[in-house]
Amino acid sequence: MSKREDSVGHVWQHLILIVMVLVTVYPILWVLTVAFSGQQNLAFIDLPADPTLGDRLRAIIPWPEQVTMSNFVAVFRDQPFGRWLLNSVVVSAATTLVGVFLACTAAYAFSRFNFPGRRAGMMSFLISQMFPGTLTLIPLYIIIVEWLRLGSNYLGLVLMYATIAIPFCVWMLKGYFDTIPRELEESALIDGASPAMIFWKIILPLAKPAVAVTALFSFMTAWNEFILALTIMDKESMYTAPVGLRFFVGGFAEQQWGFFAAGSIVAALPVVVLFLMLQRYLISGLTAGSVKG
Amino acid sequence: MAGVIFDRVNKCYGDTEVIRELNLEIRDQEFMVLVGPSGCGKSTALRMIAGLEEITGGQIRIGDRVVNNVAPKDRDIAMVFQSYALYPHMSVRENMDFGLRLKKMDRGEMDQRIDEASRILGIEKLLERRPKHLSGGQRQRVAVGRAIVRQPSVFLFDEPLSNLDAKLRVQMRAEITGLQHRLKTTTIYVTHDQVEAMTMGHRIAVLHDGDLQQVGTPLELYETPRNLFVARFIGTPPMNFFRATIADDGARLTADGVELPVHDSLRRITQGRSGKEVMVGIRPENLYDVKRQTDHPTARIRLKVALVETLGHEVLVHGHFGSDERETDPSKLLVGKVDPHSEPELNQEIEMQARLDSLHLYDPETEARLGEEGE
Ligand SMILES: Nc1ncnc2c1ncn2[C@@H]1O[C@H](COP(=O)(O)OP(=O)(O)OP(=O)(O)O)[C@@H](O)[C@H]1O
Ligand SMILES: [Mg+2]
Repeated sequence: MSKREDSVGHVWQHLILIVMVLVTVYPILWVLTVAFSGQQNLAFIDLPADPTLGDRLRAIIPWPEQVTMSNFVAVFRDQPFGRWLLNSVVVSAATTLVGVFLACTAAYAFSRFNFPGRRAGMMSFLISQMFPGTLTLIPLYIIIVEWLRLGSNYLGLVLMYATIAIPFCVWMLKGYFDTIPRELEESALIDGASPAMIFWKIILPLAKPAVAVTALFSFMTAWNEFILALTIMDKESMYTAPVGLRFFVGGFAEQQWGFFAAGSIVAALPVVVLFLMLQRYLISGLTAGSVKG
Repeated sequence: MAGVIFDRVNKCYGDTEVIRELNLEIRDQEFMVLVGPSGCGKSTALRMIAGLEEITGGQIRIGDRVVNNVAPKDRDIAMVFQSYALYPHMSVRENMDFGLRLKKMDRGEMDQRIDEASRILGIEKLLERRPKHLSGGQRQRVAVGRAIVRQPSVFLFDEPLSNLDAKLRVQMRAEITGLQHRLKTTTIYVTHDQVEAMTMGHRIAVLHDGDLQQVGTPLELYETPRNLFVARFIGTPPMNFFRATIADDGARLTADGVELPVHDSLRRITQGRSGKEVMVGIRPENLYDVKRQTDHPTARIRLKVALVETLGHEVLVHGHFGSDERETDPSKLLVGKVDPHSEPELNQEIEMQARLDSLHLYDPETEARLGEEGE
């Protein structure tokens, strides 16, 4: 009897989940449809004056008339999307490197050493996370563009993104470092390792999952960011992918939804690939537990 | 090979003093056990030898070198931690040669040392495994192996057996003692388990609240504990104590319902102290069945049985002496040993005999042992 109840319960669960999945996937299907339709407009069916139910259904089901790669080819050939993508790659990769390196070293110091300002430092990182990011827009603009004169420059954007990513990364990594038993380091110390060697050979390899999470976080912070990039990248040749995409639509010129969709898909790919590659670490990194011997 | 000397060593964390004026010499090739209850400072003492804790005052010498300001790696020691502290991301072999590689030892020598150590410890087949895939006992062996391959002049062990189950603990106890016997490396071994201390050490140092209580061979500590703390700490079941008054110019000890003639060997202590109180200590094996034949001088004590513990080869009887309200008075509780087959009933009044030539007398105020060296 209980078995029957179970399976009825499952039906409901499945129904709810299926609806949720449709809600989530529907917009993505539209993007895919528009991208592969070869057209630029969102509505690729012209409803007749007196549409039947079938016509209406046809209009909301995301399915292209024909499948073509022309939009993908065009964004790279006719539009400078390749250049923007490259900018994004450079900026995101640099942000990841700078962010993860600084976060690792800072988090290790916060985790292991006692120095004046340790608590204050951690707290200020935490507090900086409590304000909306746009709040830092103006001070960052003044520092990076007006003082350092790094407008429309990779370095300027990388500095900005690192500033945003580092506090979270430090907290994440410190939390993980804290779970690594000190005795491992003491043992290494007796074995004759220097503090630097302990950091590189013992701590970092053990913290791989947390490093993977922070690396991905830094990368995505930079890759998806729009407002800061729009603010300081003035030259069209220095746009990042999200900024460039924005100029396909929303201007006064013709709306190029096809380019927008195709570009979005291309831009989403690296993140998907990274997720798949780091999946193994992500699970253990997010549930950051102690390193059992 | 080298001895280790604590010369008036102090250790403070802020205002709290966790080691006070520790003077202790560990001789070359000796197996010294530091034992004491939790929090007494034994790990701290060991970690000061290793160089993992600063020394607040005094000197520690390894061999004839003052090591207060020597880095851990230059002290020529190896340490086995309670948690083993094996590097989880390295294989057993890498764990063992990590320190050797840092010393830039050549591969041949390294392999030879690892082969030898793993053969001694029976871990040859595990060399390529990660610590995660080892049992507790195997990890323990690897941790010991990692210490051996360094061929240090001093081994330091911090409660290395406390994570093992009882049976394995007994086995590893024997293995570690055997190993020390073979390698003859000076060893300092920390434990809170007095059985481990008694069975393993050449000598034992008992610590309590940062103070050294007594140093001696296991037998010395068992037979002549210098104060009440050591007397209570060493031996299972622990020594019985009760307060008694000296009477008849030192000829008798009296307590509620108990009359014990003072044996000649103790007369020197009790003489001329009539009316004074002493703490009388008697080990459970010296309080036994009246039926048992014995050549030693004994006196009888009546007990009301409160608990009977059958251990197979012997039976422990817990009982109260004296008359009024004794059931609730723990200071009147004595533990003795009786024959396996004479099972006394609960609440029964029984007679036991106490061996008079092996009583221990302590000053109730200073808690120091009276007599021989205690005066
Ligand atoms: N970093 C520290 N700061 C302050 N007090 C400390 C610190 N480390 C240890 N102590 C104190 O020093 C005392 C001795 O500690 P220690 O670790 O040496 O005890 P132990 O004898 O090894 O005990 P256990 O058997 O529980 O391991 C304890 O009272 C402990 O609270
Ligand atoms: Mg300890």
